[in-house]
Amino acid sequence: MDASHAHEHPDLDRCREILVQLNDYADGELGADLCRELEQHLAECPDCRAVYDTLTGTIRIYRSLRDLPLELPPGIEERLLRHITHVEK
Amino acid sequence: MPGPIIDLTIYDSEEQLLAGLRRREPDACACLIKRFAPLVYAQSLRLLGDPDEAESVLQQTFIKACARLDGYEGRSGLGSWLYRIATNEALMQLRRHAPRVALDDVAETIQADEIPQRTTLWSLDPATAALDGELRAELEKALAALPETLRVVFVLREIQGLSTDETAAALGLGESAVKVRLHRARLRLRELLATYMLGH
Repeated sequence: MDASHAHEHPDLDRCREILVQLNDYADGELGADLCRELEQHLAECPDCRAVYDTLTGTIRIYRSLRDLPLELPPGIEERLLRHITHVEK
Repeated sequence: MPGPIIDLTIYDSEEQLLAGLRRREPDACACLIKRFAPLVYAQSLRLLGDPDEAESVLQQTFIKACARLDGYEGRSGLGSWLYRIATNEALMQLRRHAPRVALDDVAETIQADEIPQRTTLWSLDPATAALDGELRAELEKALAALPETLRVVFVLREIQGLSTDETAAALGLGESAVKVRLHRARLRLRELLATYMLGH
């Protein structure tokens, strides 16, 4: 079951304007005046707030992958070692 | 079949490993692979989205690294150095691809109709979620589902940690194009993850 619901703010055009700026805001690249306007909108619009919170959650969780290795599929390590040994000879 | 069994403690530090590699000791090479191949493979697969191409980049990365060992000055760690070689190899591989992108993925402005449809908070909090096997598989699956133009920008910026201008230079794009693609990639990943995150 998908428990999500669509944006319900009465001024959806304003929500669209805000959402276009969300990434710059998340990256700390939005000017001070625009920041204040955006924060005011987020305080009033739970839908945009939810998008912002889940967007920053998405960014955070992917950043945590950086130093995590993947388990190598079977055979890759042996093929790599064989390949390098062959090239080095 | 597991890889060769070697004693990783012989080369406890990077200096010892580097010295062994420069003496062309076979165990040092095996140790380098054991220690770094899973990271390099992960990075290559995320950029390329194809296991065969990722393996090819993995091989080229270690061959080039071994060939360039004498020029390696050790200013960054071995892992960062290998990461950089792998990224360059993967980007070269991507340039060989025929274009396979949808026009809306390369439009360099954000469209007003790109308003997210799912506005429910997730029941799984990414700040505290354990990166267990199931969640990691979902993250990798969502990433692989992105169009190449968006995935590459996202991986370089968010996972590899390059700045906007470094990403733009690596891909031969303008900074505004990088920002738009990153914006689009983040929103799409958020949508792709929503079903899983809402169900936990």
